[in-house]
Amino acid sequence: MRRAFPILAVLTALFLVYAFYQALWVAPTDALQGDVYRIIYYHVPSAWTAFLLFFINFIASMQYLANARPSTALAARWIVIAIGIVGFVAPFIPQVRQELPTGMYPSSVATTTLIITGLYFVIGKYFVDQDLDVLAVTTAEVGVVFCSIVLVTGPIWARPVWGIWWAPGDIRLTSTLVLWLIYVSYLVLRRFSDSAQTQQLAAVLAVFGALDVPLVYFSIWYFRTQHPQPVIGGGGSMDPRMLHVLLISWMAFLCFAFLVCWSRFRLEKLRREAEEAEALESLLEIAAPSSAVKAPIGGGSK
Amino acid sequence: MNSIKFLYAAYIATWLIHSLYIGSLVRRYSRLRQQIKDLGKGK
Repeated sequence: MRRAFPILAVLTALFLVYAFYQALWVAPTDALQGDVYRIIYYHVPSAWTAFLLFFINFIASMQYLANARPSTALAARWIVIAIGIVGFVAPFIPQVRQELPTGMYPSSVATTTLIITGLYFVIGKYFVDQDLDVLAVTTAEVGVVFCSIVLVTGPIWARPVWGIWWAPGDIRLTSTLVLWLIYVSYLVLRRFSDSAQTQQLAAVLAVFGALDVPLVYFSIWYFRTQHPQPVIGGGGSMDPRMLHVLLISWMAFLCFAFLVCWSRFRLEKLRREAEEAEALESLLEIAAPSSAVKAPIGGGSK
Repeated sequence: MNSIKFLYAAYIATWLIHSLYIGSLVRRYSRLRQQIKDLGKGK
């Protein structure tokens, strides 16, 4: 697997260059905004990637907490299956369908629920015990990087289009900033806390923090905001050529995020192994002089 | 609308943030490698 990394890195770099070319030269210019709208090809994929990473962090944290006892792990599994079934069936019930916002299709809600349920079991299969915690810290850190890009590129786009850098009180903007702050505090907690329960505390914080993700995502569906309407569904519309470039850009950023997560995951594993080795070495150093003192005493009695 | 400089600013900011983060990963890797080397010497 380690040999595959450089090959994947080169392929991802080429894909990013291709996405950059598509975003700047192939995508048509927006009639109202001009070329500045092309910021969405970095802003929106970064936001989607951040949401996905925070969601993986949520699942990993949930599993880390649930796996503390076999009974809770089993209960969590059945709860996820129940949520999957309800989420798959409920959108097709006429009363529920009426409550869905314009542009949100029951089939897309059902598919998303299935993907979420599947993701829970896939993560549970390939990541166990401490690996879940390593995955959680990895996705939180890389997610914060992508969320930072969202918070920087958003105002850069807003200045020429809205005439202001930031719309105070706007729910989409404020909830995104809160989301970023929650995950920054999560990373600060992990970095500076020496408590033996840091991992559990961080996992609990991550579970609560993840509740902000749907609020950010659906804020433009349910509230009137300065922020533009969703580009996919939700009543928003986009030129198919623009949408095509947007999806290419997202795929390129997803590949990039995967590689960065891979590196960060390996770094965290190595760091923990080094810490364990260091602790073991210290223990041996403590044990060595005492055995040296005891040996002659034992030898003398014989 | 003379907004092209904002477009460039956004793209540059994006890659600057990614570069800083990758730089921090590389730095942490090299520090860890040194730490592992020191541990090996200790044995």
